[in-house]
Amino acid sequence: MTHISKGSHIGSILSVADIVAVLYNDIAFVNPKDPKMYDRDRIILSKGHAGAAIYIALAEKGFFGVEELKTHYADGSRLSGHVSHKGVPGVEFSTGSLGHGLSVAAGMAYAAKKDNRQHRVFVICGDGECDEGAVWEAALVANHYKLNNLITVIDHNKMQSLDFCENTISLSPFADKWKAFGWNVIDIDGHDHDALWAAFNKAKQSEDKPTVIIANTVKGKGISFMENNILWHYRYPHEGEEYDRAVAELKDQIPEGIFDMYESEAGKL
Amino acid sequence: MRDTFVKTLVDIAKKDKNVHLVTGDLGFGVLKPFWEQLPDQFTNAGIAEQNMISFAAGMAMEGKTVFAYSIGNFSTLRALEQIRNDCAYHNADVKVVCVGGGFAYGALGMSHHATEDLSVMRALPDVTVLAPGDSIEAEWATKAIYECKGTCYLRLGRGGEKRIHDKAGNFQIGKAVKIKDGERIVIFSTGAIFDEVSRACEILRKEGIDPALYTFPTVKPIDMQTIEECSRKFKLIVTVEEHNILGGFGSAVSEVVAELTGMKAKVLRIGLNDKYSSIVGSQKYLRDIYGMSAEKIAAKVFECQKDVL
Repeated sequence: MTHISKGSHIGSILSVADIVAVLYNDIAFVNPKDPKMYDRDRIILSKGHAGAAIYIALAEKGFFGVEELKTHYADGSRLSGHVSHKGVPGVEFSTGSLGHGLSVAAGMAYAAKKDNRQHRVFVICGDGECDEGAVWEAALVANHYKLNNLITVIDHNKMQSLDFCENTISLSPFADKWKAFGWNVIDIDGHDHDALWAAFNKAKQSEDKPTVIIANTVKGKGISFMENNILWHYRYPHEGEEYDRAVAELKDQIPEGIFDMYESEAGKL
Repeated sequence: MRDTFVKTLVDIAKKDKNVHLVTGDLGFGVLKPFWEQLPDQFTNAGIAEQNMISFAAGMAMEGKTVFAYSIGNFSTLRALEQIRNDCAYHNADVKVVCVGGGFAYGALGMSHHATEDLSVMRALPDVTVLAPGDSIEAEWATKAIYECKGTCYLRLGRGGEKRIHDKAGNFQIGKAVKIKDGERIVIFSTGAIFDEVSRACEILRKEGIDPALYTFPTVKPIDMQTIEECSRKFKLIVTVEEHNILGGFGSAVSEVVAELTGMKAKVLRIGLNDKYSSIVGSQKYLRDIYGMSAEKIAAKVFECQKDVL
């Protein structure tokens, strides 16, 4: 997809992919036949630059056809680089400027509580995004109003735009910061599907605190030459060796018995 | 004006439980009637306006009509991108409310003077911008933005504004209201500066000049029809706003006039002349210093009309 679109942020898309996959597949109550279903769970991707991950999840879930993924970034496409809801069934909220999603999600969760509604609000943030002050404004408010129906997942890939987070603006001690803000903190391997599944379910048991799942991930996960390399925040896999190697490595990791819908003619990327 | 806003909003919110008021920890002595009578529909989001606006957008996405309240520039400039991306782009039913347009907070200083808000809010697509001039217009505007689904901006004075209208007329969003007819010159006023404008008219009358007078409680969408008609009928259009003359009400009027063909009026924009207010003083004092007192308005109109006889 990023190869066809010549799109950026493949490193972030790969780091968040497992989180998005488990969330859409196993956890969130969403319905491709009724995207605005009243009691659906809400999912906001606050790190909107990884929008491709959401579009893929929605397409694979059946909100629209996988063939449309080829139009990502294209002139006249519905699928912009940063995730946008306009005309795209299943996208809950448009983002792209960092530090907005958690506040919006908190407002949604707060409104749901006011009306005694049972759905949950999930928001996926980046770790670098936590440089934004508004994230912590929202963290204060979510705790104050005891929004236990709000689940934040941090795609903690330890890298941001120019360098590793630690070399940029240190977030350490990261989990302690969230604890100090009053949150229920769950620290996991963000590529372990069982751990993600367990964390999402554990979050349900939080009685009066919002939950943050700190999902420790690897930027560029799954493609050896992209892992932990900041270049792939910007570069797309070029035709030839880069693309071929990337695809070969990903295909090697497809678990047995999983249908690869991109092998069909329509879905071939 | 702000008390009228709160009283009107209480009435609305009593009838519609989906109406919610969020404040950025401001409104001491003002919002009390709301939070005492409707505690379940009131939220203090703390001193964190960026979060407040996004939070309001989130609530609106869930079906609430959210009035987000603060003073001066805090509800607008401080949270501008949140208004743009989270409210307007999503057509979220958020009503951004600022108390203290212009120099209302006088001696508190430039940080509290909202003098670019109209320009900035007007530049955002899908945002309706209202600046009522008295308590009657404020009551109408509060009801009007409640009924107008989508993102709106309401710019209020602090209170004590002189009455423009005896009673609410047939006001509509996007329509100016004629206060009086006149000759050769028409003055367009928006917001609480009307008090100075009406006194300026009295001063001019003594000089033998009798301008027509309109109030514009809506800045966006601007009333193109009234502007066009006035541009044909009068020699001089004067716009007055307690705001920077760049990009705000006077600019909106000028944009319409500029695109007209044939004979048309000259436009004189009166407002803050692209400055920050660094001088200390009351609202009345600052209006005079920066050329918006009745006397200064009258003098500018008097000078300018000599050229358009």
